[in-house]
Amino acid sequence: MIVRIATEGQYELGEGDAAALQELDNQAVAACESGDEAQFKQTFKQLLEFVRQNGRPVPEDTLEPSDVILPPPDVSLKEAKAEFSGEGLIPG
Amino acid sequence: MPGLSGRMSTVIKAKISKLLDRAEDPAETLEYSYQKQIELLQNVKKGIADVVTSKKRLQLQETKLREQVVKLDTQARQALAQGQEDLARTALERKNVAQTELQSLDSQIAQLAQQQEQLTASEQKLRAKIEQFRSRKEVIKAQYSAAEAQVRISEAATGVGEEMADVGLAMQRALDKTENMKARADAVQELEAAGTFQDLTQLGAGEDDIDRQLRQLSSSSEVESELAKMKAELGTGSGTAGELGAGAPAGEPAGAEQRAGPSQGQAS
Repeated sequence: MIVRIATEGQYELGEGDAAALQELDNQAVAACESGDEAQFKQTFKQLLEFVRQNGRPVPEDTLEPSDVILPPPDVSLKEAKAEFSGEGLIPG
Repeated sequence: MPGLSGRMSTVIKAKISKLLDRAEDPAETLEYSYQKQIELLQNVKKGIADVVTSKKRLQLQETKLREQVVKLDTQARQALAQGQEDLARTALERKNVAQTELQSLDSQIAQLAQQQEQLTASEQKLRAKIEQFRSRKEVIKAQYSAAEAQVRISEAATGVGEEMADVGLAMQRALDKTENMKARADAVQELEAAGTFQDLTQLGAGEDDIDRQLRQLSSSSEVESELAKMKAELGTGSGTAGELGAGAPAGEPAGAEQRAGPSQGQAS
């Protein structure tokens, strides 16, 4: 499974990591919806750390698309909320 | 995955398919996609140049501000040596503002350096993917039937398209940050142009609006303690300090005398 951290790069994770990743993702979403900035930052950081620690960086000349894409590490709560409301982080 | 990651993936995939939909036959898709990649690479280079320019501008401002700090400090000393305590205080207040500004400039410059580094890394990654795409493009054109080529092009273009979307996002964020800093740098420059950091000899009698703003901005206790320290360093002995204190009975609060006292004692 290939996971991209936006603006940072792609990581290859084992299929066994999917469940844990999903759980952390759900926590980050819950924190985002509750509007608790500190809680969101903390859970999102855990999610990123999980990918960095368990994943192997994908070589630069690989053209594989990612299975999932995480928002950039410096994403704010406001941006993450916009992501849910459909505006998205990616312009135009 | 329906969460944050799922949303990001969906949005990016939608953008990529929009990009690919424009061209009709496989060969055209390849060339169109490749042309877009090259364009983006040029844009990233421009983006990096923008960040570097902003960084240089802030560094220039930093140098000027450092000179101002030294100058204001000297002016404060001179004023104090001549017994012009009010003038010395004004100079120190301005020095205080300049120093605060310097600190924020430092962190902004560090942030820009980080943006530059990140964008350069993104550019390298995109370049590697484009190169890979280019060689795959030639293979696809030479070896595959139209139907097969369609599938392979779509795979390759999705991979490189994702990198393109990602570098686009990184660039947008870097430029947003740079814009904010530019606005702030302009504000500092206006402040400077309005005479904030100009030679104190040009101050004249009246206080202008900026002076009052400055007073609000700068922490007066910091200024007072620095003033006391400066007095001590200038070696205005306890007698002189007494005179200064006694010489300003009208405006000076009693606290000023008390503050000046102990620090004189510490210095000697």
